Amino acid sequence: MSDVATTTSAAAGLPGLSELRRVAIVPALNEEIAIARVIDELRAFDPGMDVVVVDDGSVDRTAAVAVAKGARVLRLPFNLGIGGAVQTGFRFAFENGYDLAVRVDGDGQHDPSELPRVLEPVLRGEADIVVGSRFAGDGDGYRSSRTRRLGIRLLARIVSRIVGQRVTDTTSGFQALNRQGIALFARDYPHDYPEVEATIMVFRHRLRLEEVPVAMRERGGGRSSITTLRSIYYMLKVLLAIFVGLFRRNVVPQEDTT
Amino acid sequence: MTPLAVSIAGALASFGLVVVVLELIRSGRLRERYALLWLATGITLTALSAWRSGLNTIAVWLGVRSYPPAVLFAVGILFILAVLLHYSTVISRLSDQNVILAQRLALLEQQQSAGPTSER
Repeated sequence: MSDVATTTSAAAGLPGLSELRRVAIVPALNEEIAIARVIDELRAFDPGMDVVVVDDGSVDRTAAVAVAKGARVLRLPFNLGIGGAVQTGFRFAFENGYDLAVRVDGDGQHDPSELPRVLEPVLRGEADIVVGSRFAGDGDGYRSSRTRRLGIRLLARIVSRIVGQRVTDTTSGFQALNRQGIALFARDYPHDYPEVEATIMVFRHRLRLEEVPVAMRERGGGRSSITTLRSIYYMLKVLLAIFVGLFRRNVVPQEDTT
Repeated sequence: MTPLAVSIAGALASFGLVVVVLELIRSGRLRERYALLWLATGITLTALSAWRSGLNTIAVWLGVRSYPPAVLFAVGILFILAVLLHYSTVISRLSDQNVILAQRLALLEQQQSAGPTSER
């Protein structure tokens, strides 16, 4: 399926990328406006990368627009929430034998031109999962409500302490994964507000996670699915999950991932 | 005043509930989403059982002078009602989703056996 990248694309400068079977997983819920641009930009970045849009029960034309743009579309029969939607993409990537997956949100806040930064540690074999962080470097270019930023920081602190490695952005869905990372998330992925628990899960399975600084954009259309009351509920739920998770034993990575 | 034995038994039982819920989450048999209400139940009942003067004060507010532990039962029943109502909404959602899944499956099987219809 993956063609060799043409020399004009931004991805051509990344050594080793063109030999890999690679896929972009794009979860989307009611993003008919933003999704076209996201797909176009992914294609422009790397024409040899397959694009899979996971439509999490949209009621607008998200799926139709994505199909028209030439993406593969996995239409969920009803809304599963971001965790279930993203895991569908990981399952697709795992079962179809992809070596490399990137996750790019369908609302356009992840800029595909930042993908080289996210991809490089995986391509060099230094990390199994790379997360684009808004706060790792100078970290501007991302604005959100003060309470939400505070929540993100607090979670990052707690997670850093637990995993014993500095993690600055536990809510970022801008990620690149190698085959091992894909296999882990295809098998087991948290629900609701998944990135925090997923980060801890990665360390418990002794995979290597690395953060790279990225700039994120304003949302390209649609609206965030997170309201204040929900944030409080998610915060409680995630803290409970983290707390209980402390009493689980570490898991040795499975040998057989292919 | 609440008999001491009632306070001790109530606190132990409620605390036991909290421990069981936490263990169910840890072993992956209960989702955090469905555990929050149970934990709230257990923690509230533990607190009300152990905090004897508080239970007494609340009982006086509510006009229950003869037997303060009645407040404990009332709060417990309220929480059980909340959990049940929550489950009713969950079951409603699940049955809706089940219908959608069955319909999708029927459509898929039809497509598999007959090929896609020519009109589309």
